[in-house]
Amino acid sequence: MSNLFNSMLGWVDKRFPLSSNWKAHLSEYYAPKNFNFWYFFGSLALLVLVNQLITGIFLTMNYKPDASMAFASVEYIMRDVDYGWLIRYMHSTGASMFFVVVYLHMFRGMMYGSYRKPRELLWLVGMAIFFVLMSLAFTGYILPWGQMSYWGAQVIVSMFGAIPMVGETLQQWLLGDFTLSDAALNRFFAYHVVTLPLVLLVLVFVHILALHETGSNNPDGVEIKENKNAATGIPVDGIPFHPYYTVKDIVGVVVFLFVFCGIIFFAPEMGGYFLEYNNFIPANTLQTPDHIAPVWYFTPYYSMLRAVTVNFLGIDAKLWGVILMAGSVVIFCFLPWLDRSPVKSIRYKGPYFKIALGLFVISFFVLGWLGTKSPTPLYTLLAQIFTVIYFAFFILMPLYSKIDKTKPEPKRLKE
Amino acid sequence: MADSFSINERMSGRRKFLVAATSVAGGVAGAAIATPFLLSMMPSERAKAAGAPVEVDISKLEPGMLLMVEWRGKVVWVLNRTPEMLESLVKVEGNLADPNSEKKQQPEYAKNRTRSIKPEILVTEGVCTHLGCSPVFRKDIAPADLGPDWQGGFFCPCHGSKFDLAGRVFKSVPAPTNMVVPPHTYLSDSRLLIGSESEGSV
Repeated sequence: MSNLFNSMLGWVDKRFPLSSNWKAHLSEYYAPKNFNFWYFFGSLALLVLVNQLITGIFLTMNYKPDASMAFASVEYIMRDVDYGWLIRYMHSTGASMFFVVVYLHMFRGMMYGSYRKPRELLWLVGMAIFFVLMSLAFTGYILPWGQMSYWGAQVIVSMFGAIPMVGETLQQWLLGDFTLSDAALNRFFAYHVVTLPLVLLVLVFVHILALHETGSNNPDGVEIKENKNAATGIPVDGIPFHPYYTVKDIVGVVVFLFVFCGIIFFAPEMGGYFLEYNNFIPANTLQTPDHIAPVWYFTPYYSMLRAVTVNFLGIDAKLWGVILMAGSVVIFCFLPWLDRSPVKSIRYKGPYFKIALGLFVISFFVLGWLGTKSPTPLYTLLAQIFTVIYFAFFILMPLYSKIDKTKPEPKRLKE
Repeated sequence: MADSFSINERMSGRRKFLVAATSVAGGVAGAAIATPFLLSMMPSERAKAAGAPVEVDISKLEPGMLLMVEWRGKVVWVLNRTPEMLESLVKVEGNLADPNSEKKQQPEYAKNRTRSIKPEILVTEGVCTHLGCSPVFRKDIAPADLGPDWQGGFFCPCHGSKFDLAGRVFKSVPAPTNMVVPPHTYLSDSRLLIGSESEGSV
């Protein structure tokens, strides 16, 4: 049996680099030996991606991208298609969980300085994945054509109208009409099921290629490639990804699936945070719901969008809001060059960085919470204060990361 | 063998010109083939044709009542203002960003304090000039959530923009301009035509 297997493998290897790739990326890909809890989320993101692709394909079999039929076709999936409810809840819960794992994955990178040299491109490709993910979430949210789908899309598309000179034409080009209508629904469906998933798959592939070129960072922020066994050329603090981390990741997958199934079966709407109540009302082009807020993963940026209420520097408040909202996401791309600390990991960074990161996390949560609320004068003021803190984390980083009291990095990883 | 030449030798004269010319031709062809695809995404002929004016009967519109009409896929409000509502337009004027409607958000015949042809009848697109939500008609005076100065008006639930009962925007809100007054005309005392300024030009 093993002879037959070996000869078949030999046949394949002469025609396709199967064994060499298996070794290069799994069985002889050496990762630092000290990965902790925070290193589950990359593989979990991959798991959720597969979940979204498979459930998405099955949803397209019954969904109709037509403004007069879309809402009813989603209800048809929920009520009349066998296990349609399960497939749809897996998809809708998967969307929120995608953001949960990706936010934790990004936060891991911020804690351990995974964006620092030589991983700048890895970080930038990751940011591109994040942008595509946001576009996917947005286009997907429009498809049920409920009240939140409609008015959420109205707000986002109107942002392009805020761009000086070309705004109005750009908006019509995006919508394929003078207002948000069937034409837009139809094309957002095309983006959601064809364009964006293809781009996402390519970017994920590039992200993993870039990762395997530089090697993973780790909680100590020490480069394991700088300390190799002279005889074998293997990093002394590295262990092969397979079987060590494949097995570890399976533990993560099992725990994740407990949570995932718990949400699907017991709280698929998550109290209105994963599926908003107003989206169970068909789109009404004449009336905005009394209270509209985006899904939870967009609320921090949404808070910043509406935080600006004064015109300054000759730019009106509307455009400032759009600039701030876009800036709040794009600014992550500059992290590799904003961080001037001599060490990578939070373990060896000083108090300034820890306080700054803590304030950033608090402002992210507060802005996220404010984004779910109706705007009142007090909430608007709070949003303004925390928007300033959010941006200060990034803009002041070259300063505080440089003057911070750091501890010396170790030469080897801790046990 | 290629590597026996230096880059300069390989890329000199005629070959350099041919590579450049081929690249330019390829670029032009690429732009040419992209054009029909990008233009296919503009509003179609059918979408352009769907802008016909709508006629509204306002004879049953009581003072204080708001009527919603759909025109070009947008909501248009017709509000019959009471004398108290018209008085409120004067009271709020100090807090408005553009009380005299200097920015061109209305036809010339609606560039006045009431932003209307007939003082009591307001015709305006019910679309917030911030990001396109439809504001809520709040005619209650000084409610808890909008503060003691509220004289009645329109409140956008999306981002908190406020407009008075003539669709004029307040200061210090995200919306930059007054709401848009669409072209409209009266065919008779109770028949209103929205989307056109004369009966013939449909």
